[in-house]
Amino acid sequence: MDYTATQSGFRQQPNMRLRNTSVDGPEGSQLFEDTSGPAAGSQTGYSNQPAGPQAAGFPAQSILSDPMSNLAMAYGSSLASQGREMVDKNLDRFIPISKLKYYFAVDTLYVGKKLGLLVFPYMHENWEVCYQQDTPVAPRFDVNAPDLYIPAMGFITYVLVAGLALGTQNKFSPELLGVQASSALVWLIMEVLAVLLSLYLVTVNTDLTTIDLLAFSGYKYVGMIIGVVAGLLFGRLAYYLSLLWCCVAIFVFMIRTLRLKLLSEAAAEGRLVRGTRNQLRMYLTMSIAAAQPIFMYWLTYHLIR
Amino acid sequence: VGLRAEEEVASMAFTLYSLIQTAILCTNAVAVLHEERFLSKIGWGVDQGVGGFGDDPGVKAQILNLIRSVRTVMRVPLIIVNSASIVLLLLFG
Repeated sequence: MDYTATQSGFRQQPNMRLRNTSVDGPEGSQLFEDTSGPAAGSQTGYSNQPAGPQAAGFPAQSILSDPMSNLAMAYGSSLASQGREMVDKNLDRFIPISKLKYYFAVDTLYVGKKLGLLVFPYMHENWEVCYQQDTPVAPRFDVNAPDLYIPAMGFITYVLVAGLALGTQNKFSPELLGVQASSALVWLIMEVLAVLLSLYLVTVNTDLTTIDLLAFSGYKYVGMIIGVVAGLLFGRLAYYLSLLWCCVAIFVFMIRTLRLKLLSEAAAEGRLVRGTRNQLRMYLTMSIAAAQPIFMYWLTYHLIR
Repeated sequence: VGLRAEEEVASMAFTLYSLIQTAILCTNAVAVLHEERFLSKIGWGVDQGVGGFGDDPGVKAQILNLIRSVRTVMRVPLIIVNSASIVLLLLFG
């Protein structure tokens, strides 16, 4: 009996491994994405499994030889998968997941080039976004496309660096991390709303989406982090110098990027075009770009004393 | 140096709740503007906005449009949200 059990156990093992590589042992309790077949379920003597994903794949010596707990576990995992389907379906209505995925399609080379562009935008020549049959190319292939990876990582890093900076001043407490995070988030939301409002008022026909604006507003966190880290390492003078450099760099970066999106084609090429509407657009571009250094200073000056 | 840490950060600290409060107060302020008694008197009435047709409505027309649409659309939701926040304030201070 022992030999037959182990023999069938060995026969089941490769199947289990093929389908469910995340299981590290037969005793692991798996509640999600259990794709192993009804193989070892028969070993526990429980043949009428429910139709959902089964808590199978256990050898006969499993602790779940009790049929009731087996049934409960199978029911629970089917409930979990149903709940997950429902959440996925409803979440896609509120937050466009597929559109968000575009903004995270980055690779290391893009991130490196973009960071270099944020700090030193003076040598870059072509600021236009490449298109591919009316849809923008993924950021992986075009360094000018906005992405959400750098802003998201920058925000998190900013909160951590702010905690570090407050710690060097002996002012740190864990609640302050939450306060910093929420206040920076609130400023970001207010800035995006203000830009949206002003874009509406000036009736600019642009293909800038809200997520694009969120991405552009999030790029200033890179400069803030550089400034704060320089201030922590080398003192206040280094903080002011690096912040100044990053402010100017972000200013130029924003102007060169937004110029192509907001202004009409003639004005974007640098020719002077008269008319109040173009003037308004120019002012709008300048004020969006000028708001970035102001925010950068406002959100970091209390960190370096 | 004189302030404690929490006070210092709290001087510019916003929570998400304060953002919601700001939004409610601003929307209230826009919804309270009366058409006859106030907006027409200062030349911001409904009939005074739509001047330029074509592709250039102008900033003033956009603002008037915005005010009018906020007053129309947000009236009922604002009643609900204000009542909810009053109840919450009474209960939780």
